[in-house]
Amino acid sequence: MNLLTDPVGITHYLIVGAILFVTGAVCMATKRNALGVLMGIELVLNGANVNFVAFGSEYLRPGVLGIGLDGQLIALFVIILAAAEAAVALAIVLNFYNNHSTVDVDRADELKG
Amino acid sequence: MEPINWHSVFFLVFALLACGFAVAVLLTSNIVRMAFYLVLSLAATSGLFFLAGADFVGAMQVMIYVGGTLVLLIFGVMLTAQGPFISMKTSAGEWTLGIMVGGLLLAVLLQAATSIDAWQPQAVIEGDARPTATRLGMGLLGARVDKLDEVDPVQRGGMSGYLLPFEIVSVHLLVVLVGSAYLARPKKRAQNSSWEGLK
Repeated sequence: MNLLTDPVGITHYLIVGAILFVTGAVCMATKRNALGVLMGIELVLNGANVNFVAFGSEYLRPGVLGIGLDGQLIALFVIILAAAEAAVALAIVLNFYNNHSTVDVDRADELKG
Repeated sequence: MEPINWHSVFFLVFALLACGFAVAVLLTSNIVRMAFYLVLSLAATSGLFFLAGADFVGAMQVMIYVGGTLVLLIFGVMLTAQGPFISMKTSAGEWTLGIMVGGLLLAVLLQAATSIDAWQPQAVIEGDARPTATRLGMGLLGARVDKLDEVDPVQRGGMSGYLLPFEIVSVHLLVVLVGSAYLARPKKRAQNSSWEGLK
């Protein structure tokens, strides 16, 4: 198969979404900076959005009724909720930085028994 | 030789940019560079949305994500990036474990994505693309104009719009605004001696 002459299908979008999702998940797991963890969350949400838009697209799977416009509507809601989540998480990180003078998530261990 | 499919070419460019900069976010340990790579990755993803025919979602991706959320994140980086926190290294053991688990997850997801025949590339539709902004707006107001000519009564049953989620999200954003302003409020001035010197 030739990537330059063949049409693009849902599979291609799913592969991109999977790579973004896994990168974000590993980012969340390995970063020590709290803001790096936040960026991992953004990547995960973005990967999910790619899948929603691909399944809702009327051009990638002609003649088949997929989820249609619902995919794009859900993607819009995900973008809005990501913005809200980033605002709250940033406020929490700034509070943590004010109280502990660090953004290292490994230092947030006061609840450890 | 077949003619070059420009849709596929642009898809390839945007997909490589999005995935490449996402991996760059993962690999770099400098927080400022991570923020910059994330901006580029999200912007390239909006190109993928445009190529899938989702013009309004692509525009919102640029405006809200790249223009709003990322600026917020970069403000956070600027407020906390001091000395040792700019570059925090992850230990080798965590890297090994993370890459191993992530690789397994990626293998499962790729296998699932490539195994369904109906998801493989199909013939391309010829003709003009229809803008989606009006249909999306009517859907958010509760009227699904895209399903009015649906013949199947079962599918027509899903014609309920997104008015209630829209209202819930509006109130949610208000609560988030109040909550984050409360969380990030300045501390009491009386306990902070550095303010005394300013008087």
